[in-house]
Amino acid sequence: MKITNLLLIAWRAILRNKMRTFLTMLGIIIGVGAVISMIAIGEGSKQSIQSQISAMGSNMIMIRPNSNVQGGVRLDNTSVESLTETDVIALQKKTAFIKAISPSVAAKGQVVNGANNWSTSVQGIYPEFLSIQSWSLKEGTLFTEQDVKTASKVCLIGQTVITNLFPDGEDVLGKSIRFKNIPFKIIGILNKKGVNTFGQDQDDVILTPVTTVQKRILATTYYQSIFASAIDEASTEKAVADIQETLRGTHKLTNAEDDDFTVRTQTELMTMLSSTTNILTILLTVIAGISLLVGGIGIMNIMYVSVTERTKEIGLRMAIGARGSDILMQFLIEAILISITGGLIGVALGVSSSALVTVFLKWPTLVTQSSVILSFLVCFFTGVFFGYYPALKASRLDPIEALHYE
Amino acid sequence: MDSIIVDIKNLKRSFSIGEETVKALNDVSFTIKTGEFVTIMGSSGSGKTTLLNILGCLDKPTEGSYFLDGTNISELSKNELADLRNKKIGFVFQSYNLLARTSAIENVELPLLYNSTFSAEQRKEKAIKALEAVKLSDRLHHLPSQLSGGQQQRVAIARALVNDPVMILADEATGNLDSRTSYEIMMLIQELNAQGKTIVFVTHEPDIATFSKRTITLKDGKIIKDIVNNNVQNAQEVLKNLPIIDEAATATA
Repeated sequence: MKITNLLLIAWRAILRNKMRTFLTMLGIIIGVGAVISMIAIGEGSKQSIQSQISAMGSNMIMIRPNSNVQGGVRLDNTSVESLTETDVIALQKKTAFIKAISPSVAAKGQVVNGANNWSTSVQGIYPEFLSIQSWSLKEGTLFTEQDVKTASKVCLIGQTVITNLFPDGEDVLGKSIRFKNIPFKIIGILNKKGVNTFGQDQDDVILTPVTTVQKRILATTYYQSIFASAIDEASTEKAVADIQETLRGTHKLTNAEDDDFTVRTQTELMTMLSSTTNILTILLTVIAGISLLVGGIGIMNIMYVSVTERTKEIGLRMAIGARGSDILMQFLIEAILISITGGLIGVALGVSSSALVTVFLKWPTLVTQSSVILSFLVCFFTGVFFGYYPALKASRLDPIEALHYE
Repeated sequence: MDSIIVDIKNLKRSFSIGEETVKALNDVSFTIKTGEFVTIMGSSGSGKTTLLNILGCLDKPTEGSYFLDGTNISELSKNELADLRNKKIGFVFQSYNLLARTSAIENVELPLLYNSTFSAEQRKEKAIKALEAVKLSDRLHHLPSQLSGGQQQRVAIARALVNDPVMILADEATGNLDSRTSYEIMMLIQELNAQGKTIVFVTHEPDIATFSKRTITLKDGKIIKDIVNNNVQNAQEVLKNLPIIDEAATATA
């Protein structure tokens, strides 16, 4: 028996009952459409979180003092004074996996320009900080190492600060703003970065040389944190190990002592957030999968009824020379054709509804190739699984009884 | 031309219903030669349906032998029986058994779909030829619902012809038709017989048997009469002599 003949037989049988075929398909169409669009929504939000994190600098490593107990007093980690210039100098020598290092000290307060003022913080950094956090300059220039040495009163300014201090939209480059009565000359304007995953406005920022904040504002020799970037994402772990070893050395910690600092990477953050969205994706997929199962049961139901209804047809086919296996294959192919065609329409529905979700609800969606292939395979096996039993029943009919069935 | 198509010897077929055994056919023997037109008569319960099933290779004898065109049926498996039906037998049923919502030509080519030696073009060619033989070449793409009962039965006959069978088996083929259409079908069958087709016609109407050359009558599972009809009626003439009144009745029916 040629497979093309069987396909033709099954195809004609399906076409004889277009309405019923369509209704049977509907379960599969909705099931597959739901699976694909749900996975697309889940993957889309995962992707958007990941891209936001890498916008913050995906190789970024953050070193903070531990909020440890010191002399019996539990301290807030910003007031723990353990990170110093010695640490930074030591880390700068470790160039195997670390690309850039920058200390950070921030001071909160009002920043003033004429009649306008704005509550923000001034963050003292090294020029390398910009590459670590993926900042770029829209206009102007970056301050130099010389500026860091001399604690120059220059600053780079973020978009949010500009909107609040210069509401008339004038050219701000070269202008001065005052913070705690110290005038800062604006030498650069930062490009807009937007709101991060945690809803924090990243553009509400003023960057100055680290020494300026240390000496002129806070009068301290310590750093609140040190930022570093690994040479690439893969070497982040090795860079972290290097940092831990170096800092334990400079802090003169014995083997028995715990670290008095914490090293955090964006990878950890990404894993944490991904796992949340993964749970969401799994949940949505399971629900959609159930509807696919219901669609499959629908196929089985219809095929089962169809075998009874078409008993006489089966009898005729057997009388004119169809073998039991031909009947089995015909019904199996019918079930598979219905589920695969339903699957194809479902894929189209899923892809287009994902696009609609993005357009109208502004939710990020991402249709992955694997979700399409997966739901297609599921459709095929749904057809085989739910079509097999009715087909077997059809193939085992006795031609004499089937012919006289009324 | 005088080769034997059907050779049945001491054939028995019994069914067990509960503890009882019913002998549907009890020691039946006869032969049918190429080109014969045989009617098998009998009232219900006479065993003619059982005999038809065995002749059509849908059922196997309990005892005795049945050779169809030289092949011993008793030795064949289910699949081999299916292949034999596909190649050697053409069925015509009382209720036509056409596939609904399927054009005449697709209905006719159905047996060829179960025979992988034919290509799509050959199937179409043979189906058109068979429909021409039953004078329906202008109805190739009509659906059964668009055809009259007589036309539907002619499509079914075309389907029985399409695989060039050694024997056409008709089961009460005129049972659902009025007398005028019945005569038209008998005329067609007589024509096919004249072209050399072997025909076995199972019926309980003595009227129909008068068109055949030989009549086998069954009663209680045995052959009680096997007579050659020396006075075969010509269906075409009967049709011509049919009173006008009958035609009017048919039209209003």
